[in-house]
Amino acid sequence: MPRTLFEKLWDQHSVSRLPDGSELIYIDRIFLHERTGCIALNGLQDSGRELRNPRQVFCTMDHIIDTFPGRADKTLMPGGTEFITKTREAAKFFNIKLFDINDHDQGISHVVSAEQGITLPGLTVVCPDSHTCTLGALGALAWGIGTSDCEHAMATETLRVEKPKQMRVRFEGTLNPGVSSKDIIMYLIKSYGASGGQGMAIEFCGPVIQQLSMEARFTLCNMTTEFSGFTALIAPDTATFDYLSGKTYAPKKQHWAQAIKDWEMLFSDEDAVFDAELSINCSEIIPMISWGTSPAQSVFISDCIPILQDDAKKSAAQYMNVTNEQSLINMPIQGAFIGSCTNGRLSDLQAAAEILKGHKVSPNVKAVCTPGSAQVKLEAEQMGLHKIFIAAGFEWREPGCSLCFYAGGEGFSDGQRIISTTNRNFEGRQGRGARTHIASPMMVAAAAIEGKIVDCRRYL
Amino acid sequence: MKKFIQHQGIVVPLLSDNIDTDQIIPSREMKKVSKLGLGEGLFSGQRYRYIGKEKEGLNPDFILNQAPYDKATVLLSGNNFGCGSSREHAVWALVEYGFRAIIAESFGTIFRNNCLRNGLLPVVLSAAQIQSIADEIGNTKDAFSLKIDLQKRQVSSSKTPSYDFVLDDYSQQMLLNGWDFIDLTLQFRQQIDQFIHHDRKLRAWAYL
Repeated sequence: MPRTLFEKLWDQHSVSRLPDGSELIYIDRIFLHERTGCIALNGLQDSGRELRNPRQVFCTMDHIIDTFPGRADKTLMPGGTEFITKTREAAKFFNIKLFDINDHDQGISHVVSAEQGITLPGLTVVCPDSHTCTLGALGALAWGIGTSDCEHAMATETLRVEKPKQMRVRFEGTLNPGVSSKDIIMYLIKSYGASGGQGMAIEFCGPVIQQLSMEARFTLCNMTTEFSGFTALIAPDTATFDYLSGKTYAPKKQHWAQAIKDWEMLFSDEDAVFDAELSINCSEIIPMISWGTSPAQSVFISDCIPILQDDAKKSAAQYMNVTNEQSLINMPIQGAFIGSCTNGRLSDLQAAAEILKGHKVSPNVKAVCTPGSAQVKLEAEQMGLHKIFIAAGFEWREPGCSLCFYAGGEGFSDGQRIISTTNRNFEGRQGRGARTHIASPMMVAAAAIEGKIVDCRRYL
Repeated sequence: MKKFIQHQGIVVPLLSDNIDTDQIIPSREMKKVSKLGLGEGLFSGQRYRYIGKEKEGLNPDFILNQAPYDKATVLLSGNNFGCGSSREHAVWALVEYGFRAIIAESFGTIFRNNCLRNGLLPVVLSAAQIQSIADEIGNTKDAFSLKIDLQKRQVSSSKTPSYDFVLDDYSQQMLLNGWDFIDLTLQFRQQIDQFIHHDRKLRAWAYL
């Protein structure tokens, strides 16, 4: 019987079918961060339960640590230090690998998990973080969970999961200049709504996917949670294998050869059946930008904000201080942020630097670039990208989640308008009253220079 | 986990779609490494007035601050309630504030799981059923309350028809009994160990 990629992964990890129809799924890797993972570790400690396999559990510091140069345990976020020190203590107690502040391999969980080869094709991976779906780009079954489920996974090496429905999205056509995988995923969400993929395991395929780099695939899968999907999946191919080869935790020698054999079987069979199928013509896409407070409230940069019919759109427009049928072009901004698990990788920084080269950030704009990991930062510096960012007037930060969300420490101010490479433009996400427009690194770089929202294609 | 068998309580309507966990509890309210002390931060972006970054008392325009909704224990919402961040703090905050059940057209997947682990009942009703309850709330001068019977998987009131809702047997039993789901799974220990023993031979490369 033909099976989908998802079904192959699911069957491989099914320990037992439970009486209610859900299944006990074996979990290969657990990744934690200091914001929610710390509470799960403490919960496990308090219950006196054992962490079953510490070798397959990893933890990083990314969410509430400062990203200023010279940072330490002290943070701007009130109470932040407690998260850091308690995470460190718990990681030590349970003997799990911690990517600690200022370590050479520290960074955002989903960036580190991939670049260290911790997540591999064919593995089940969970993390108490909704953007864990990023890692589906490697052909792993990776999804975000709550803290209680995380304790469950650590104590039992399994999770109880209801088998999700399945969707396939085929990306046809070719990418226009100035269009990135960020624009593709924003276009999908805009077209089918913020709940368009609700609860589904969503496989991305088609000619456009095959041409995307691994880093671009991570960006695409990352925002599947903004589409309300259970997770995203991309069948692994030679780009995947090349990406993983030689990574710290990737299999070596004869294990590598066996792994490749297994990974080559990870694709949806010809006649496999999905619950829903969509097709996107990528040739129609031009750079996207959000105008409202949901990622679905987005438009092509050349388009105007739609007519605001319902209350949700009206209230979003009010919060964002935008109106009916208005163009976003030339709207002044006060902030520009490049980074996050969506767009904090080397190729994102390269794309932005390409535009910034020889230009200056507008004096009215606070511009910040936070590499997704220490490794990304190092590679960027080896290529001299930091010089371009700094010369343009960007702050060049230490790795972490940084200004993607406001945790009470550093943030943007009430009423400020920000263009950001992050994934959520929710109310108050980057500061109470702050107005976030999400877009690609190229769009953010171009807007930072001009001090207003522009079409990045004029810089190509 | 606190049991859920039956509950009767005042219903507060927050009918927008896509109410995300950032709205339910903003990240800035998660100040301690703890599952407790979060009720105060519930819907804090709307529930309080602010001067600069500082809270300046309750915002009287927000429905949770208005009688009789300030005594509500059942929340009525739209599509995709609890989407966004995985933070279980959203559920801990709702529970600590006093909510026992959320009625919505659909839920964010992670949020729904988090509800089930914490004795907060997620009830799925159709848009039309939710609208009829909302209409009845609008027509009622005093507090409008609903009775939720988990044994029968039914929502009822004196003024609306009874609505059956779907919840799988397992989740129903978990909530009715207040079981700890980790303890339940640990009963499968032998089976899990056998799986791993076998799987290690098949996928040696997957094990560290």
